[in-house]
Amino acid sequence: MMSRFVAFTSLGRKALPNQYDLLALALIIAAFIAVSHTTSGLTLPLEAPESTAISLDYRHLPYYALRTTLRMFAAIALSLLFTFTYATLAAKSRRAEMVLIPLLDVLQSVPILGFLSFTVTFFLGLFPGSVLGAECAAVFAIFTSQAWNMAFSFYQSLRGVPRDLIEVSRGFQLSGWQKFWQLEAPFAMPGLIWNTMMSMSGGWFFVVASEAISVGDTTIKLPGIGSYLAVAIDDKSIPAVFAAIITMMFVIIGYDQLLFRPLVVFAARFRVELSASQTQESSWVSQVFRQTRWLRALMSGPAEMFHSISLWRLELPFRWPAANADARAPSRLLDVIWLVLVAALAFWAGRLIFNFVRHDLVLADVEQAVLLTLITMLRVVLLMALATVVWVPIGVWIGLRPALAEKVQPLAQFLAAFPANVIFPVAVVAILRFHLNPDIWLSFLIIFGTQWYILFNVIAGATAFPNDLREAAANFQIRGWSWWRYVILPGIFPYYMTGALTASGGSWNAAIVAEYVKWGDDTISAHGIGAYIAKATADGDFPRIVLGVVVMSIFVILFNRLFWRPLFGLAEKRLRLD
Amino acid sequence: MADKNPPHTNSSAPSFRRKLLLEVRNVSQHYLTGSGERGPAVLDDVSLNLRENEIVGLLGRSGSGKSTLLRLVAGLTTPTGGDVTYLGEPVEGPVDGVAMVFQSFALFPWLSVLSNVELGLRSKNVGKDEARRRALKAIDLIGLDGFESAFPKELSGGMRQRVGFARALVVHPNILLMDEPFSALDVLTAETLRTDLLDLWVEGRMPIQSILMVTHNIEEAVLMCNRILVLSSNPGRIAAEIQVTLQHPRNRLDPEFRQLVDKIYALMTKRPVVAAAGRDGAFPGLGFGMALPRLSTNTISGMIEEIAAEPYHGRADLPALADSLQMEVDELFPVAETLQLLRFAEVEEGDIRLTPAGLRFAEAEVDVRKKLFGDHLLAYLPLAARIKHVLDDRPAHTARTTRFLEELEDYMSEDYADQTLKSVINWGRYGELFAYDETSETFSLENPE
Repeated sequence: MMSRFVAFTSLGRKALPNQYDLLALALIIAAFIAVSHTTSGLTLPLEAPESTAISLDYRHLPYYALRTTLRMFAAIALSLLFTFTYATLAAKSRRAEMVLIPLLDVLQSVPILGFLSFTVTFFLGLFPGSVLGAECAAVFAIFTSQAWNMAFSFYQSLRGVPRDLIEVSRGFQLSGWQKFWQLEAPFAMPGLIWNTMMSMSGGWFFVVASEAISVGDTTIKLPGIGSYLAVAIDDKSIPAVFAAIITMMFVIIGYDQLLFRPLVVFAARFRVELSASQTQESSWVSQVFRQTRWLRALMSGPAEMFHSISLWRLELPFRWPAANADARAPSRLLDVIWLVLVAALAFWAGRLIFNFVRHDLVLADVEQAVLLTLITMLRVVLLMALATVVWVPIGVWIGLRPALAEKVQPLAQFLAAFPANVIFPVAVVAILRFHLNPDIWLSFLIIFGTQWYILFNVIAGATAFPNDLREAAANFQIRGWSWWRYVILPGIFPYYMTGALTASGGSWNAAIVAEYVKWGDDTISAHGIGAYIAKATADGDFPRIVLGVVVMSIFVILFNRLFWRPLFGLAEKRLRLD
Repeated sequence: MADKNPPHTNSSAPSFRRKLLLEVRNVSQHYLTGSGERGPAVLDDVSLNLRENEIVGLLGRSGSGKSTLLRLVAGLTTPTGGDVTYLGEPVEGPVDGVAMVFQSFALFPWLSVLSNVELGLRSKNVGKDEARRRALKAIDLIGLDGFESAFPKELSGGMRQRVGFARALVVHPNILLMDEPFSALDVLTAETLRTDLLDLWVEGRMPIQSILMVTHNIEEAVLMCNRILVLSSNPGRIAAEIQVTLQHPRNRLDPEFRQLVDKIYALMTKRPVVAAAGRDGAFPGLGFGMALPRLSTNTISGMIEEIAAEPYHGRADLPALADSLQMEVDELFPVAETLQLLRFAEVEEGDIRLTPAGLRFAEAEVDVRKKLFGDHLLAYLPLAARIKHVLDDRPAHTARTTRFLEELEDYMSEDYADQTLKSVINWGRYGELFAYDETSETFSLENPE
């Protein structure tokens, strides 16, 4: 089920970057630089908001958990809004599509935590002296970790709406608004919900990371689990770290049971398939909602209201002219105007980048950043390989035993949602205690949270492996290595790819947090671009943050295009079983 | 509504006296080629009328543009030439009063049966209660009682198409358009649905005045229609118009019925007077730009064997063959035409006769068959000859598919070009003319070791 819902922009596109990819990259870099210029113009330290004191008292934990969760929901609401507008625009307008989709591709590859410092300074500048600025920055950081794949999934769905359903809605003369809510949004729903869920699972990591942040001398701690953890680290309080871990566990369980599962059940309704599927997702929460009369009554009001809103006609006062040959001439003119506009933007971006590089950086900086990125890449690749070697056999073993898989699968999904950075302090203490080499041992933190994506996708793949193929393999006595090589590995490959892609993306982001960790006054750091960015952030050194983020983004893009994309193409083309 | 509509018995009133609902005048439509330019014609100078109280069938093979014609009438596409008028008004987009039933049912999977039926009303701001009342009535009429709250995926194909009918009828259209409404159903289900629909029509219980249906099933057309328009292919033109005056309910075994079916078979297999000059003459086309059907070589050899064997001995009556093989025209004709194209058989006046080469093929061993097939491909299929020629010419003996695809797209739409090339690849592989690698999309002369 998952492989159909992957929404990695890099995959749907050609391997070789075209002019629009370069433009998108240039625009984003230029935007960073512009922000860093304006913000470094403000005198540091910024007017930090009245920092609410974070207390390590356990009694405050429920409140902090609530605040963290609320932040999460604010971000997801924002992401949905973004998805509905941005993706719809990209799907409906050919001109917008040319720019918006490459932009999405690049944005998806940018390490979000890298530009936390920009957004914090930017939003603090917007709301000087108010907590609102810091809140906005945190929500924005979570938003940037969630929105891209949701938007891309929605865009892909909009492009794939079945022709006959479009004809029905045209035949019934549905207005644009009605068509969106009656046809397009429902059609995109399974993919969108799945990606929203994946985004939220990944998002917990960013909530924790973005609540407590120091840029230069400014330190902001928003009430929440992340800040609680940060204070616990400053105080070197092991019990408090564990309290944070346990609280987080409850939050994730609650999220999983109360939201994730009911939504998966809900999404099943929108699947366009002609036969009822064999796998029935179940959730006790949706059971309760369906069976309890007063809850149903409570829900029917809003549902009814939404239904009538979706039936508003909301027609534009003019009709779109039918596409025909005569309409082509003015459209050419618009094309030219549009291209000129795009070119102007590109020029502005190019000039800004050029000036920035000339003024603030020397070649040695770039060399250093590239070298460090190579180290981090090596780390990601090695650890992904290690996780693969460990989890693929285990996942296959579990997946082929349906009764066991049913029990393990929710656990793996839970672990994937659990923000690994909450556990980092425990690892750091161990490294300090036993005097371990941080270059080696910190690396494990990179895949600590992301390896579970590999596990649960492999389990799903092995579960879905057709029984007749298994029987055929047994009948021809294919055993041992041949069995792995020719039977099961090709069978689960598409699923593995989905998991590995998600894990790889997450690992790059985790590197920023994992390569540079603190315990009280002790700082442990490994060599790598993640540590470089984290350190530059702590120092408030904007040019180096920009450089680090840009180099890392370019690497991630190339890595996705040149490594994952061909593999994914293979999985889609040759190894699909359905 | 029943009182509003006169009973739809075969009205003896002369056709010109009945009200003209829809008029299609000299309509033509073209493919768009890959670059968005106007390509070859799908429909060429087609005219038709639709009057009150009649069921008109559009009968043709794939490529005859019959579905395109239906979509022009529905206002879902605009013609490149000519015009369509409904009750005297030009059709420039979907109009009220025309509703369509789809081959694929096209139900919204996330809406229940009731909501699917209500949607067309609710979207036009018909009040909630009124919409509910009318939807329930339509559901009742079409025999869906008890399924109101079911979702499409819980229903069988027949039930789904009933929802399709209810959804179309609930908006009280004057004209019901049907795009091969029964072809996705199994034989028994299709027959039940046809009979139910005809009963409602004859009794005048449906709020419609006229039906225009697309079909590739000759018997279905004779069973249901008052008038049948036979379309020729590439480009689609109206080749013949046949009046069916049999009384409902019609009996398939009635000699008159059989005669009519045979007549239409003959019409549809009539050899064109002259092999039209130029590239896209009617079927036994000689040109490069000929769209080929997607056919497995197994089907081709199976058909040759079937015709060679008892009871046909090399010559078969097409309707009889279709009956014994349970094939519909849309499946049978492409096979027959491909056999004709490759000179393994001759098709004439509703009969198919194997050529000496065809008879030899039927007798031969696998290797000889493959050789014979390959030789005929080279001799009679310009595209195959062309690919072979290019491969022979090049020092590396390889060629990419894109170069042939682009050439083909000058003659046909992208989809057809793709399908044509796929067929040639398949047939060429069987005839061992060339090898093909799917990953790199290249032809070559070498087979893998």
